[in-house]
Amino acid sequence: MISLTINGKEQQLDIDPDTPLLWALRDELQMTGTKLGCGMALCGACTVHMNGSPVRACSLPISAAAGAKIDTIDGINSPAFQAVQQAWRELDVVQCGYCQSGQIMSATALLQGNKNPSDAQIDAAMSGNLCRCATYHRIRGAIHQAAKNLGGKA
Amino acid sequence: MNFLKRHAISGQTSAGQKNAAAVSRRDFLQAMGLGGGLLMGSGFVAASAQVAAADNAPAMATGETPFFNAFVKIAPDNTVTILVKHLDMGQGISTGLTALVAEELGARWAQMAWEYAPADASQYNNLFWGPTQGTGGSSSIANSWMQLRQMGAAAREMLVAAAAAEWKVPASDIKVSEGVLSHGQRKAEFGVFAAKAATLPVPEKPSLKDPKDFQLIGKNIPRKDSLEKTNGTALYTQDIQLPGMLTALVVYPPKLYGKVKKVDAAKAKAAPGVVAVVEFPRGVAVIAENFWAAQKARKLVQVDWDLSASETRSSSELFAAAHSLAEKTGSPVKTKGDAAAAITKADKLVSAKYELPYLTHAAIEPINCVVKVEKNSCELWFACQMPTVDQQEVAAATGLKPEQVKINTLYAGGSFGRRACPSDYVVDAANIAKQLPGRAVKMLWTREDEILNGRYRPMAVHHIKGAVSAEGKAIAWQHHAVAQAILRGTPFEGMIKGPVDGTVAEGIEDMHYAIPNLQVAATELPVKLSTLWWRSVGHSGNAFVVETFVDQLAKAANKDPVVFRRELLASEPRALGVLNLAAQKSDWNKKLPEGVSRGIAVHKSFGTWVAQVAEVRVNADKSFNVERVVCAVDCGVAVTPDVIRAQMEGGIGMGLSAALGEAITLNKGAVEQSNFHNYPLLRISDMPKVEVHIVPSAEMPSGVGEPGLPPIAGAVANALFAATGKPFTKLPLGNRV
Repeated sequence: MISLTINGKEQQLDIDPDTPLLWALRDELQMTGTKLGCGMALCGACTVHMNGSPVRACSLPISAAAGAKIDTIDGINSPAFQAVQQAWRELDVVQCGYCQSGQIMSATALLQGNKNPSDAQIDAAMSGNLCRCATYHRIRGAIHQAAKNLGGKA
Repeated sequence: MNFLKRHAISGQTSAGQKNAAAVSRRDFLQAMGLGGGLLMGSGFVAASAQVAAADNAPAMATGETPFFNAFVKIAPDNTVTILVKHLDMGQGISTGLTALVAEELGARWAQMAWEYAPADASQYNNLFWGPTQGTGGSSSIANSWMQLRQMGAAAREMLVAAAAAEWKVPASDIKVSEGVLSHGQRKAEFGVFAAKAATLPVPEKPSLKDPKDFQLIGKNIPRKDSLEKTNGTALYTQDIQLPGMLTALVVYPPKLYGKVKKVDAAKAKAAPGVVAVVEFPRGVAVIAENFWAAQKARKLVQVDWDLSASETRSSSELFAAAHSLAEKTGSPVKTKGDAAAAITKADKLVSAKYELPYLTHAAIEPINCVVKVEKNSCELWFACQMPTVDQQEVAAATGLKPEQVKINTLYAGGSFGRRACPSDYVVDAANIAKQLPGRAVKMLWTREDEILNGRYRPMAVHHIKGAVSAEGKAIAWQHHAVAQAILRGTPFEGMIKGPVDGTVAEGIEDMHYAIPNLQVAATELPVKLSTLWWRSVGHSGNAFVVETFVDQLAKAANKDPVVFRRELLASEPRALGVLNLAAQKSDWNKKLPEGVSRGIAVHKSFGTWVAQVAEVRVNADKSFNVERVVCAVDCGVAVTPDVIRAQMEGGIGMGLSAALGEAITLNKGAVEQSNFHNYPLLRISDMPKVEVHIVPSAEMPSGVGEPGLPPIAGAVANALFAATGKPFTKLPLGNRV
């Protein structure tokens, strides 16, 4: 039995301890906002926050998340997340949308630690998140917009 | 369902639409290498498509949300819902098609909603493809342009008629704007009259707006899918949860066309959570209660494969074979003047040999499909791009009739052509699921499965000779394109016209440069690998070849690349339009900082003209960065300009990704790539700043999903050519000059 807090709620999971966090979320808890892209922490589609920091859920065994506080796109509601989400909509960043849960979680983590990131800082923080639709140009713009929306409240 | 029998405007289109449809359909079929007309008569059309087309049966308002026609329903709460007949794989078609209806209906954008149309080609066929429902060839807006405007206009006239009867005033005195019907002081929302209006006769020729009165078309309206795609609730195939659903992972052969010789599944069957291990024609499936159980058990399956029908050569051998074919005479696909003679007496001769690799689609959502097979029916949940084809193929696999195959279409986490594939993953999923009747089975591919089982963009080799006169005019172009075919060996093979698949030389044979002596030949390279349309199909590589060779000719002519192109495109006003706009917006004639150079490329695909200028910085260590791209696009009427800009940005990013680093290679017939560490996609740090400029136009709208991609590789290579004086004729370019 593994205990952890997911989106503010304590969960007890009786599953194979090497199950990746991604599949615990998707198959056990039916939280499907977090996506499979590569299974090797190469694309970032599965990005969630563990104790506030971005991690790739596809490659993190659930046993390594025992006792941790996990936030996913399905439940996160921090001011930084709200600002990011709003900016994403203002700029209509999404195309197919599949990678965007991960993009938004990475962007949220960035803004939680850096209220006004430069282009170079954005590129560095977001380079683990692939987007085959190549919405990158708008992602950069939306993170700047989110920083503005946030107005230093992160 | 009653509404499906009631096709308000019976598929009739205006004369203008017919013309546009004819041209664009031809373009599309050529692009797909299908050849005009064959799709309809090929016998490949699903039975459901042969159901008698529309009639004008009396209105049947169903439930609380009455249908006005096959595409429009209006609820009492004023929500207008559009049935979208095309797959939204990110190109924003759900927004674009909804805008067409909303415009003519006179609705508020905020009251518009949409849902996917069912698989029913009698109602929802692509008007450019005959009786086939499907999405591709950047045809969605173009084929729907008049159809959906008419659907919206007809619904508006029915609402007006209902209001006129109720208010006892002439219909012509009622105004419709922003979702409100009004007559003097009297006002009503659509929902008030929806139920009544839906029962009224359907106008046969509803009047359409004058384009100068458009309120939504041509304006920046928000996408309809932004909300659910930013809060994790958008449903993809990956996300479907059904009662009792199982997960299937597949053990595929290490090479395409491998066959199972012997399976030992005892250990896998005994693994926790495994429900069954089943064989099917292309492999062995492990079916388990969840992904992780299936994934662990999959590794326990022992399979002996018969690989005697599989490819055995390596990439170097394939390129050698292609060059050898290119030295020989190919099948002529375009002959104008006498290029061979002109080249023998040329003042300046230029020649080049090109190599382009196989590419894979690599949408971030790996391929997947959910199927539930029952005795007399089958239901699928997936991002269905070719409903008519998929219905027919699943019917064949399950022994059902196409109309017994129900398809629930979901968002695609990208496709780029991959989901428009006959005889592939959908059939695999059906062949697996039918072995557990009554259970929903979700077949998931991992990234490794997807790359291994790619349907690749064909590799190609091009040999070109060109001649420039003493006055600096391009006078001859002799071109031999060698590439693996796309349609050969598929259910579409019968549609290849002539000896060579039309995708081999598309974008070359129909080049718009006024070169008096043009000879284009094509040859297919036979390889035991499966190929498919990859965003912009043959244009994806051929535009690079043509545009970089044009720059080589320009250099031989001692002319600026823009000036040189202007001369060759003098009789192509739309080409000149994008060329000049891109040149102007990029300050083409302005000096760049030290170390930065520019390149331009212009290309037409799927009816849309695009020119791109790339600014590239070459660093001291010979690495380079693409810093800025200026793009000009002419796609006729710009229905949703912000979506058009997004598609240009995305096409540039994906094209750049391929140009810089993507290649599928073979080692003794086996694909060497498996995941993003060895098939690298463009990351945000390599994405240039992009500016998109749309040419104002009153021409019929054409597509934007693909045309943004073809020019970028050539624009970047031309910038590197300008920087180094060395022509770049091989993709990927890598990251150093």
